[in-house]
Amino acid sequence: MQVTVKVFRFNPEKDKKPHYESYKLEAEPTDRVLDMLEYIKGSFDGTLSFRRSCAHGVCGSDAMRINGRNYLACKALLKDFHTNKITVEPILGMRLIKDLIVDMDQFFAHYRSVMPYFVNEEPAPPQERLQSIEERERFDDTTKCILCACCTTSCPSYWASDQYVGPAAIVAAHRFIFDSRDRAAADRLRILNDQFGVYRCHTIFNCTECCPREIEITQAIGEIKAAIVTGRLV
Amino acid sequence: MKKHQFDVIVIGAGGAGLMAALYASKTANTAVISKLYPTRSHTGTAQGGVGAALGNDEEDHWEWHTFDSVKGSDYLGDQDAIEFMCYEAVQAVYELEHYGLPFSRTAEGKIAQRPFGGHTNNVTGKPVRRACYAADRTGHMILQTLYQQCLKSNVNFFDEFQVVDLLVVNGAAAGVVAIELGTSELHVFHAKSVIIATGGHGRVWDITSNAYAYTGDGIAITMRHGIPMEDMEFFQFHPTGIYKLGILITEGVRGEGGVLINGKGERFMERYAPRVKDLASRDVISRAMYLEIKAGNGINGQNYLYLDVRPETVNKYAALDGRKRLDGSPYTMTGEEIIAKLPDIVDFARTYLGVDPVAQPMPVQPTAHYTMGGIPTNKFGEVVIDDHNTVMPGLYAAGEVACVSVHGANRLGTNSLLDLIVFGKHSGLRAAEFSQGADFQPLPADPTEFTRAQIDAIVNAQGNEKILEVASKMKAVMMDCVGMFRTGEGMQSALETVRELRERYKHIPLHDQGKIFNTEMINLWELGNLLEIAEVVTVCALARTESRGAHARDDFPKRDDVNWLKHTLSWVKPNGQIELGYKPVVITKYEPKERVY
Repeated sequence: MQVTVKVFRFNPEKDKKPHYESYKLEAEPTDRVLDMLEYIKGSFDGTLSFRRSCAHGVCGSDAMRINGRNYLACKALLKDFHTNKITVEPILGMRLIKDLIVDMDQFFAHYRSVMPYFVNEEPAPPQERLQSIEERERFDDTTKCILCACCTTSCPSYWASDQYVGPAAIVAAHRFIFDSRDRAAADRLRILNDQFGVYRCHTIFNCTECCPREIEITQAIGEIKAAIVTGRLV
Repeated sequence: MKKHQFDVIVIGAGGAGLMAALYASKTANTAVISKLYPTRSHTGTAQGGVGAALGNDEEDHWEWHTFDSVKGSDYLGDQDAIEFMCYEAVQAVYELEHYGLPFSRTAEGKIAQRPFGGHTNNVTGKPVRRACYAADRTGHMILQTLYQQCLKSNVNFFDEFQVVDLLVVNGAAAGVVAIELGTSELHVFHAKSVIIATGGHGRVWDITSNAYAYTGDGIAITMRHGIPMEDMEFFQFHPTGIYKLGILITEGVRGEGGVLINGKGERFMERYAPRVKDLASRDVISRAMYLEIKAGNGINGQNYLYLDVRPETVNKYAALDGRKRLDGSPYTMTGEEIIAKLPDIVDFARTYLGVDPVAQPMPVQPTAHYTMGGIPTNKFGEVVIDDHNTVMPGLYAAGEVACVSVHGANRLGTNSLLDLIVFGKHSGLRAAEFSQGADFQPLPADPTEFTRAQIDAIVNAQGNEKILEVASKMKAVMMDCVGMFRTGEGMQSALETVRELRERYKHIPLHDQGKIFNTEMINLWELGNLLEIAEVVTVCALARTESRGAHARDDFPKRDDVNWLKHTLSWVKPNGQIELGYKPVVITKYEPKERVY
């Protein structure tokens, strides 16, 4: 079918302000939006710039706003949109660099701020630390995060202030706070018990709705709020 | 131009690079340079597991793992290196767990393990649970865990920097040159040790499971300095890629009881591998699939087959095979259990195929997957540059870019993640140790000279050729003629086509003349790498007149140990000619014999 793809364009070396370019092309309903962008870059305009790598929703490079909602371009198929008009724009709330590429530094700085690493300084046993199936299941959902930033850049609280650590960083903290083997939950809860921490979440659910890994993000944030208030990890 | 100085530079931030950085940074000032944000690396797409004979569920031994890997390699793997890897595997997996890796768990709370292709109980010949897994996202969890630990250890990262040249002075590594993608500024990294961990080159082929980033950068950089490549003719096709897209469907699906079905409704692997059937090694299964499709046994006569993991199918064949649970009861699976064990596979099938794998079979075809060949190293990750294994001072390689050789002619499933962590670790340790006792080599007078020449050639190219067209022609001809089945005639014509394409490549004009994220320029540089590598692969494959592992020739269908039990070395000479040499395979105690599954 013929598709019109309207793409947000901005070349900081030439343009004073961003504009949109429309491209008409033939596509299959099962084509990924990423396939269409690759085709546009290869056939119409080599200057079109975007990030991508794995092309199947695992590496997290190609988060974009497609017809008004955040997706991974490699996991959004033309047929999902029920229209032959596709609009592609960069994710919101980050400094724009070029076309669909935004500055991710702040996003990763927030990630690093929540101690997103396993802490347990007790001597390790010669084999594995034991963990029951139930203990492992407790934090399974938040281990799926690929740091694509779909959640954080769909959050109105983050749009209002990029000092907010954002849902992705909280998901990273959750993955360790609820890991029975980890010993730094109290430190992470202290970090998130801050005016730019979990209380910036107003349960709008944009994050949960657009997460390409289907993580229950708002739920995870709620569990951390509860842990801070009650002082208990449940 | 900016200059930096570190004891150890690691190129690439996948499993091998991060493991190397983590260990090197314990004693040496270490930096990682990556063209992607580290968590975007291709290790993250590995699904099924990492092999280690923990024996958590049933009897297993690292020696069994060794023999299975030797046999899987079709006896081309170096047995001393394989012994080292399989022995080290057990400790390496425990270390990952101690770093916090969230493995799935057994009822006793130990690391969960599942069966995988080619991994057997050496006494009974039956499949053994050896693949340590975290659901079906084991690679993702390894990548995340190692990146997190590197952050904890304050490793320096240069993200979105494309390394385009290695600096070699006095026959030793002196550093690298990189382009900062955000600005196109050149950076010279002066180092005592350089570890190359840039991954494979599966983007040479049309149907591939590999990421866009998998363009053979590390091999391309070293070959241009006269450093050889080893066993480049050996490239693995994974049996189960999503039809047309090539996206990987883990062997873990078959480990959990899924079977391959042809257009006649037959479980055809019984005929090709009577003992382990759908859990034979990958080369065997991919070839069987190719033959089934060629014989008209594809689904509706098309070029794909079904991977069927519906509970009724799993339970039917498990009963026929007499497969038992650990407690001795008959092996069965419910739809819920399949979804719990293979959540990402269910998601991929629903997203890309519109198929619910619990209710319908998945259309699959073999997909280009893994580079067995690469930069020759010893088991400490040191790059060795000739048939006497002479070490090049200060240069290391680890992971898919390297050829130790532990995979020989065909890699066993789960041994790639294992390779990353074992040889990543040891190359990191060795590189750090070397840097303690060595001085910096002086930098060349003009360290960015060759880098600028490469960039200028791309920026100033004149003509009407198109990047998409050149790339797709290369991928198609390599798929058809230098893929799963090869003939001398076909490869000769592929070689001519690739050489023509290398000429046409020089006439692809660059539209983006900007400095900020010039992805078109980088993509062109990457295509140049792929074309050069495609030529080397084809030349090496043409020369090897036998069939072994992933290298299967219609005109030489048998393995020939008398003439070909040896590794291929290839060099690109300054005039562009590809020169071949050979070195012996290390045999310790496993004499080559016929390979039957």
